[in-house]
Amino acid sequence: MSLDKATVRRIAHLARIEVPDADLDPMVKELTGIMNWIEQLKEVNTDAVAPMTGGTDMTLAWRKDTVSDGAQPEKVLSNAPDKHDHFFSVPKVVE
Amino acid sequence: MTDLTRFTIAQARDHLRKKDFTALELTDAHITAMEKYRHLNAFITETADLARERAKASDFRIKNSDAKPLEGIPLGIKDLFCTQGVQTTAGSHILKGFTPNYESTVSQKLRDAGSVMLGKLNLDEFAMGSSNMTSHFGNVVNPWKARGHSDDLAPGGSSGGSAAAVSAHLAMGATGTDTGGSIRQPAAFCGIVGVKPTYGRCSRWGVVAFASSLDQAGPMTRTVRDAAIMLNVMTGYDPKDSTSAAMAMPDVEAVLGKGVKGMKIGLPKQYRPDGLDAEVGTLWDKGAQWLKEAGAEVIEIDLPHTKYALPTYYIVAPAEASSNLARYDGVRYGLRVAGNSLDEMYAKTRAAGFGPEVKRRILIGTYVLSAGYYDAYYLKAQKVRALIAQDFVQAFAKVDAILTPTAPTAAFGLNDKVVDPVAMYLNDVFTVPASLAGIPGSSIPAGLTAHGLPLGLQVLTKRWDEETLFRVCQVLEDSAKFPGLIGES
Repeated sequence: MSLDKATVRRIAHLARIEVPDADLDPMVKELTGIMNWIEQLKEVNTDAVAPMTGGTDMTLAWRKDTVSDGAQPEKVLSNAPDKHDHFFSVPKVVE
Repeated sequence: MTDLTRFTIAQARDHLRKKDFTALELTDAHITAMEKYRHLNAFITETADLARERAKASDFRIKNSDAKPLEGIPLGIKDLFCTQGVQTTAGSHILKGFTPNYESTVSQKLRDAGSVMLGKLNLDEFAMGSSNMTSHFGNVVNPWKARGHSDDLAPGGSSGGSAAAVSAHLAMGATGTDTGGSIRQPAAFCGIVGVKPTYGRCSRWGVVAFASSLDQAGPMTRTVRDAAIMLNVMTGYDPKDSTSAAMAMPDVEAVLGKGVKGMKIGLPKQYRPDGLDAEVGTLWDKGAQWLKEAGAEVIEIDLPHTKYALPTYYIVAPAEASSNLARYDGVRYGLRVAGNSLDEMYAKTRAAGFGPEVKRRILIGTYVLSAGYYDAYYLKAQKVRALIAQDFVQAFAKVDAILTPTAPTAAFGLNDKVVDPVAMYLNDVFTVPASLAGIPGSSIPAGLTAHGLPLGLQVLTKRWDEETLFRVCQVLEDSAKFPGLIGES
C-alpha cells in the first residue's frame, strides 16, 4: 500500500486542510507508513462478523420530538470570530 | 502546620468536616503549589480567584452542615471539559479565545458536589497523543526523575497535565479522558491511580469530542479510595448524551476492602510478547502473586485478537475524529484565517489551527472513510473491533478480572525524539483493546524501575462491573505500598 502525492492532495482537500506543496512529500511518507502498518488487518477473517458500530451494547433511548432548548442567540454567537446582528458572517458564497 | 497538599481526598474530607482547617486554607495551599510548580506546565489556565470564591462557598456550607461529597476539595479539570466562563482550549490553537457559555455534565457534577476547580490542565492536542508533546501550549514535565538524572521525562498522555498535577500534589485529584489509554498510561508514567469506567458511565456532553465511540471520562487520583469518591460523583445518566447509560452506578467506595478472595484473575498470554521489558514483566508477576496471596486464583487466558487492536484503533479513532473535527471551520468559534472564498477560509483556518498529529489523524480518517476505501478499511476495522470485544466476553466467562501491565515501558525522556508516529502509537498497546471493547480499566501504581521510575498495573473487568474493578485495585494498592512522589518539595 503506497499513497501518492495526488491522493494525499485529494484527501487534504476533502478534509479542507491547506497543505503546501513542500509538505506533501514527508506527509506521503508518514501516511504510507501508517497505512502499511494497518494493512495487517487483512489477515483477519471477518466473513461472518457483524461490525461493532459503537462503544456500547445498549439500544439508544427514544425521546419526544420537542424543542428543549434554544432562543439564546447572544450566547450562541458569543464566540463568533465575525458576526452581524444575529448571524455568523462568512466570506461571500453566492454571487 | 502540616502541608495540606499531602492529604488524600478522603483524609481532607474528614478534616474539613471536623473543621481542622478551612476549605479556603486547603485551596490556598494548592494554589501556592500550583504557582510554585509552573515549570511543570501542567496547567493551561489557572483559576485561582474562582477557586478561592468557591472554597469560601464551601466553608459556608460546611459551617451550615450542608457539606456535599467533595465539599472544598481542590481539583484540576482537563482542558477538554467545557467550563462556563473559563477558556477551554483542548490543547489546540484552533479553539483560540473560546470561552464556553455552558459547563460539561461531568464538571458540573463535580461542582455540584462542592469541589473547587483550580484550573484547566494541559493535554495532547484534542487528546491525540501519548506524551503530552502535541499540545499547542507546550509539553508537560513529569514530576518524576530517573534516580541520579536531571533529564525531563514525559508525563504520558493525553491526560499528562492531570497526571503531573496530581502526582506533584498540585491538585488532590483531576479529571481525565481516555480514548485509547489517555487516563491509564499517564497515570502509570506519573505513579498515580487512573480509572476509565465502562463506556457510557460518564456523560460525554460538553467534553470536546475526539472519537465518540471510545471517549470516556474518569478520575485521576493518588489513591484508589479517592478515585472511588470522584467516580461516584462523575457518573450517572444524562439525557444530553444519547450513549450515557440509564442505569444506576454502584457505590464503588462502599466495596473497598471486600477483597478478592475466591475471585478468578486472568493473565492474557498475548500481553507477554517476546521482548517485553523485563522489569515490566517482573512487576506483572508480582501483581499476580499479590492477588494469589489475597485469596484469588490466577489463570492464563487467551485474547487471540490482541495484536490487531492497535491498527483497528488507528482506523476507528481517526475516522471518528475526522468527522468530529469537521466542526472547526472558523465560522462559529475559535481561530479564523481569512480566505478569498469560504472553502479557502476553511482550509487556511484548519491548516493554521491544527498541529501535525491532529492533521495526520484527520487525513487518515478522511482517507479510510472516502469513497472506495470505506469497506476495505473502516468497515473491516469495525468487524475486527467486534472480534476484540468478543475475546473479552469469552475471557470474562472464565475470570472476574484481568491483570496486565499498563504500558510497555516507564516514562520516556522528552528529548528521546520519536520520529516514527507508529512507534509512539505502541505506547497504548496494552490499553487500546479495552477501549475498543468499551470495558472499564484502571492503572494502579505498583512499583519502581531500577532507575526509580513508576510502573503501573492495569486491571480490566467486564462492562458495568466497576465494583470488581475497585476491589482488585484496592488489593493491589495495599500490597504494592507504592511510595508516591517523595522529595522535591
